[in-house]
Amino acid sequence: MNWAEFFSMGGRGFYVWGSYGAFAIAIIVEIILLRARVKHAQAEAMAEMLAEKSKGGAR
Amino acid sequence: MSLYKYASPAAFYPLAGKLIPWFAGLATIFGIIGVYLGPFAAPTDYQQGEVYRILFIHVPAASIGMFIYVVMAIYGVLALTFNTRLSAMMMEALAPTGAIFTGLALWTGSMWGKPTWGTYWVWDARVTSTLILLFLYIGYMALVNAIEDKKRADKAGALLVIVGSVNIPIIHYSVTWWNTLHQGASVTVTAAPKMASVMLTPMLSIGIACWLYAIAISLVRVRAIILEREHGRNAAWVTAEFATTKGVAAS
Repeated sequence: MNWAEFFSMGGRGFYVWGSYGAFAIAIIVEIILLRARVKHAQAEAMAEMLAEKSKGGAR
Repeated sequence: MSLYKYASPAAFYPLAGKLIPWFAGLATIFGIIGVYLGPFAAPTDYQQGEVYRILFIHVPAASIGMFIYVVMAIYGVLALTFNTRLSAMMMEALAPTGAIFTGLALWTGSMWGKPTWGTYWVWDARVTSTLILLFLYIGYMALVNAIEDKKRADKAGALLVIVGSVNIPIIHYSVTWWNTLHQGASVTVTAAPKMASVMLTPMLSIGIACWLYAIAISLVRVRAIILEREHGRNAAWVTAEFATTKGVAAS
């Protein structure tokens, strides 16, 4: 079996790769968005921690 | 050491952090095996041709979309009866992943339906009840985001998910109760699978990969939610956690 044959999926390539592609894109997008959310949450928590520290130092 | 202590977000946060790499790593391994066996190695189906390969991802997506909802409903009962903060956070962490898998089940089903049934969409009992499941996920997320008071948002969200769980047996039994275009179950716990093992193995591998992925990504999300919600009210443990997390403290 050559690659062109493989990608054509017996003439049903649009449906097969449309499914697998959507699956891959959904997971990649979920990971990217969540990574951004985690970074943001960590930055907020860090900022708060540093603010607490400097408050403690001033006292 | 009691298991109950992990009902506290402060204790659960580091535990989840330790579990994530395992789930994510195993998900990757099973995913690679499944994607090799599914589109590459499995033979062509003599009735459906190549299109049946879509089912290797359709079935896992649909089953996980349903199962995540069940888990959310259980957390909803816990959240309402015991008022545990972590239960509501888990619900919030699971919902987007459940919605994605349900959406993918509908999408892949429709990509399979066009060449097989001749149409992208039918108002079949199973397809329609799965669409309702997607709306329940979206409705839950919209509701929880719309209510500013987090406690009230959690309660309303839990209630919505519990009431909506009536849809789950409807999806599950739809192919038995009604004369649906959607086929009945090919793989059940109680009977031998109605498919060849050379086709069952890729489906199971991708299924296991999706399960592990769903667990890993939900744990990552619940950690983000714990940080978002707890840093204002209970900075002490967050501070302690970050002081020990070298990677973050260094950045």
